[in-house]
Amino acid sequence: MRIDKDLVAASATPLVLGILSEGELYGYAILKRVAELSGGRMEWTDGMLYPLLHRLERLGYVSSSWGLSEVGRRRKHYCLTASGRELLAERQEQWTVVADALRQVWQTAQRPGLAEGMV
Amino acid sequence: MPQDVELETNIDRWRGYVLRRQAIAPADVDELEDHLRGQVADLRATGLDDNEAFLIAITRLGNLDAVSREFAREHSERLWKQLSLVPEDPEHDSAPAWQELAVVLGLGVGAGIAFKVGGILIHDSGALVRNAGLLVLPFVVGYFGWRRRISIPVAAVLLVAFAALAVVLNAYPYAANGSTETLAALHVLVIEWLLVGVAYVAGRWRSDARRMDFARFTGELVIYFVLLALGGGVLLGLTAAVLGLIGIDVATVMGDWVMPFAVPGALIVAAWLVEAKKNVVENIAPVLTKIFTPLTIVMLLTVLTALVASGSLGSVNRDLLIAMDAVLILVECLLLYAISARDPMTRAGLFDAVQLVLVVAALAVDAVMLAAMVTRIAEFGTSPNKLAALGLNLLLLVQLLGTAWFTVGFLRGARPFASLERWQTRYLPVYGAWATVVVVAFGPIFGFA
Repeated sequence: MRIDKDLVAASATPLVLGILSEGELYGYAILKRVAELSGGRMEWTDGMLYPLLHRLERLGYVSSSWGLSEVGRRRKHYCLTASGRELLAERQEQWTVVADALRQVWQTAQRPGLAEGMV
Repeated sequence: MPQDVELETNIDRWRGYVLRRQAIAPADVDELEDHLRGQVADLRATGLDDNEAFLIAITRLGNLDAVSREFAREHSERLWKQLSLVPEDPEHDSAPAWQELAVVLGLGVGAGIAFKVGGILIHDSGALVRNAGLLVLPFVVGYFGWRRRISIPVAAVLLVAFAALAVVLNAYPYAANGSTETLAALHVLVIEWLLVGVAYVAGRWRSDARRMDFARFTGELVIYFVLLALGGGVLLGLTAAVLGLIGIDVATVMGDWVMPFAVPGALIVAAWLVEAKKNVVENIAPVLTKIFTPLTIVMLLTVLTALVASGSLGSVNRDLLIAMDAVLILVECLLLYAISARDPMTRAGLFDAVQLVLVVAALAVDAVMLAAMVTRIAEFGTSPNKLAALGLNLLLLVQLLGTAWFTVGFLRGARPFASLERWQTRYLPVYGAWATVVVVAFGPIFGFA
């Protein structure tokens, strides 16, 4: 199953913020975590993650620092700032409302839909 | 290990390819390379060979054009000199170079002709000064309108705005050499320049990033214009000297014909040069602000000491107040230019602290000026000049206070640099609003005196 592009784009920011709230990470590790969380069903264009991270950094939601990888190469790590946490909390509330509304509408709509499908 | 060698060559070649993109900085390429290596290592662990792993990793990274467009959208300051917006579709990129040159030269000559014809038709020198911007700046607007292919509604708004200014400036019965006329002539330039800005950003004036691009453009334009004026001045001076030696007096020709064409033409050419990524100046901009910020601090402190030492502020004369307003405007322009030239991603450093000192010094000068002005107004009553100076001073005071507040926040790490940028760009229209009040309302209020 491929997930719609707009949906992926809309969920990218809260997803990245949520992943970073678990602790400091670098770009590739963030994408691996996304794949892990979605069971590989959310496909991102990997390169697009970085402009997003830079935007979040410019707006002060994440901060970055250069460190070294296991093999001694330069690696940029990102971590969530206080205002990033605030934004995450805000987004969480919004998504909860959306998810809740969707769940309700699925529940009422699903039964007739299923019945039609069986005919 | 030949396989590793091949992978390294592949990665090197890829790096070189990505580095050619202006929007992706070397540090970003390091970051992408780290990503690529992580991906390759994971893919190899699943049993793929180096080449396969590299190809899949590259594919997952995405189409380089699309990725670099995303980078450009986020880091427009890296690209602004080239095209302030990356073309969505390279096929419809800017016109061929010769066509652009023809348009620039045509508009430059057009501005010269408009100015010259204006000079012939308008006999009153005050009216000519008032209308100078209206005669020349629409050609700059025309250039950006053509270059950015602005939409019809934006073009219509600009046309109506310029027409409205022309009506106000020429229908008002200004008294000859009155102060409301001088004030209108000065303030209308602010409005006209902001209208140029609307064309520059192709109507997207609400965007903070585009506004910053325009601030950057204005700073570079001033530099280019001064360079052109210097070069032109030397050339004209030498020509006049040589012709003078062989007995031909060219002073009238210079005044009547060369200057009316050279000055407006130079403005259009400067706008085009800034636009056409002559990145010679690009490296000078941050250097200039770093040189002039400390120097301006020294100047402000000297002026402040002199003002305070001279004693009674009420006796400060009007010309000094106007000169000090000019100093504060210069400081604000320097600040805005320095902020626009700064890489927003770098951390707070010494220069940001120096900038804060500049803001605080300017605030001190502004406070002294305000005290002097209020004293004068209390003593001699109000006048158009005093009211205009007072209004401008209050606007500068608020902007400087905000700048100080956001700079302190940034230095303490409590706010991102972007909040300081936003404060600067969002404040710009306030000046336009005030200038409109001075141009439109001061005449009727003060009886066009």
